Amino acid sequence: MTDVAKAGETRRRNDIRDRWLLSAPALTLIAIAGTGPLLIVLIYSFLAPGSYGDVKWEFSPNGWFNVFLSRDIFDNTVSLADAHYTIFWRTLRLALATTVLCLLLGFPLAYFIASRPPGSRSIWLFLITIPFWTNMLIRTFAIAEVIRNEGIINSLLMRLGLLVAPVQMLFTDFATLVGMTYVHLPLMVLPLYASLEKLDFRLVEAGYDLYASRFGVLLRIIVPLTRPGIIAGSILVFVPALSSYVIPLVLGGGKNLMIGNLIELQFGQGRNWPLGAALSVTLVLVVMIAVIFYMRNAGEPGGRAHG
Amino acid sequence: MKRRLGLAAFATGLLASAAIAHAEGELNIFNWGNYTNPELVKKFEETYKIKVTITDYDSNDTALAKVRQGGHGFDIVVPSASVMSIWITDGLLLESRPDQLENFKNVDPEWVNVSFDPGRHYSIPWQWGTAGVVVNKTVYSGDPNTAAIFLDPPPELVGKINVIPEMSDVMYIAIAYAGGEPCTSDLAVLKKTRDILTAAKPKWLAMEYSTIEKFAKGDFAAGVDWSGVTLRTRMQNKDIVYGYPKDGYPIWMDNAAILKDAKNVENAKLFLNFIMDPVNAAMISTFAHSASGIKGAEAFMPEEIKTAPEVAIPEKFKSAGKINLACPPEVQELYTRIWTELRK
Repeated sequence: MTDVAKAGETRRRNDIRDRWLLSAPALTLIAIAGTGPLLIVLIYSFLAPGSYGDVKWEFSPNGWFNVFLSRDIFDNTVSLADAHYTIFWRTLRLALATTVLCLLLGFPLAYFIASRPPGSRSIWLFLITIPFWTNMLIRTFAIAEVIRNEGIINSLLMRLGLLVAPVQMLFTDFATLVGMTYVHLPLMVLPLYASLEKLDFRLVEAGYDLYASRFGVLLRIIVPLTRPGIIAGSILVFVPALSSYVIPLVLGGGKNLMIGNLIELQFGQGRNWPLGAALSVTLVLVVMIAVIFYMRNAGEPGGRAHG
Repeated sequence: MKRRLGLAAFATGLLASAAIAHAEGELNIFNWGNYTNPELVKKFEETYKIKVTITDYDSNDTALAKVRQGGHGFDIVVPSASVMSIWITDGLLLESRPDQLENFKNVDPEWVNVSFDPGRHYSIPWQWGTAGVVVNKTVYSGDPNTAAIFLDPPPELVGKINVIPEMSDVMYIAIAYAGGEPCTSDLAVLKKTRDILTAAKPKWLAMEYSTIEKFAKGDFAAGVDWSGVTLRTRMQNKDIVYGYPKDGYPIWMDNAAILKDAKNVENAKLFLNFIMDPVNAAMISTFAHSASGIKGAEAFMPEEIKTAPEVAIPEKFKSAGKINLACPPEVQELYTRIWTELRK
């Protein structure tokens, strides 16, 4: 081997070593704070429940069995765990509805901001971030105050003579949906804005010049070009919405559980940690599948088709 | 002159703070949130020159999980009777023999030889109360002393009921209503209980813990709640009444105990002895709006608390109440399944 080749080889090796060293802090953090706890949860899901909370260190598939199937406590027949499916389905439905509502409300908002003169955009963005200054719990209680029977909306409508009796809004799925949409909206608007800001408005003009309808321009030019923003926003909204805990308790009234509440029940009053752990891992898997699905769609950037 | 005085005050302040630093020591109490009267703590600190730190928990399960992990640094914990046997058999509590403390003579004899801590070798009464039903009498004026208020509600109350999501208390009342014993594993009774609960649920509005405001303002008109909470609610809204379900209702008691790995055992004993003094026990009751297990504490309690029907159980309902104890794990699993089914 020549000296030059040798030097090149050393440089390459040093380069690789430096890269590993530089990424070591991030990798360590992911291992300690992300993968580690998740592994513990995974291990717990295969153990037997302790007598009063905690786990017994012996293998048991019951945690996982009970996630999907249930042995009827009265006639001992095995059937699908209907309660869990109902709760999972409600959670998925509400999270999807939240994502769609955030998108429908957030897109015009982000478009409005992106189409302002550059100087005033930062003021609008600043306004969007103001809700983050207040704790989410307080914002949730504030919504409850607005929509309760004696709350602002009902008393206003009754004073105006539009209502005779208050409309029950608090403690319904509607209230949960309102709360989740309100809380998650900024998470949708910010990535949408980032995409729309980069949008080349000359392409929009070109669309109009070629006699595209307004709707056609939106659907065939603006949406494909801002797809990365739409997908990022959807993930940012969908994932936390799926694991909502406080909002369904405070606004939904806790009568109908969501997955987060079901998991808490198993670790708390239910004293069945393995089932709680198995449900948690199931939730992680659902999130992963959803994110992979979104990412696949993001994999074909809309921009390329126009490139 | 003024300046001198200022200096003197400053010096005294320094001395005082030095005195605190050299006080007898510390005491770390791990208790339910909003449950320890700050004036009681202050009085204890001043009497014994001990610095008290209070940490909150929100459920027996949280407290148990945290102490089991170890390294918590707490000296005193206040578990409910329902879980006391777990704390004792798991070896988490110190057998500190509070029954040999000087003020133990003040403990109401009814609360000395309790099944969850026979002879009181580990714990002493903190507060006790009941779980029952709540009704706003302007909405429904019938007899409130039945579980039918939430299990088979009269038409006036449908859609205005809140049931606290406390599995053990709600199951207790529902099983008693269905004709069973607490912690029963009799499947016929449990099936009946489940059917009663699932049939009643559509008539409920919510299942949540924070109820005082909502009862006071009229969002809820009836439900299941604890006696102390109901008393606080009634103080805000005179139309609220508390009912004792005649088929059976649970009694709870929280008990102060010293942890096995406590670092300040002597200070903890001082505290246990301190709160068995009727004057001090009354301070806890005044704050928590619940009954004391200490004889003579009533004398120091405000009239509105000691005579409240939520605190002093009327004679005719006394026999229907029983202390609520933890059910065995296999029974617990049945209850959790019914509970999940109910809340799906």
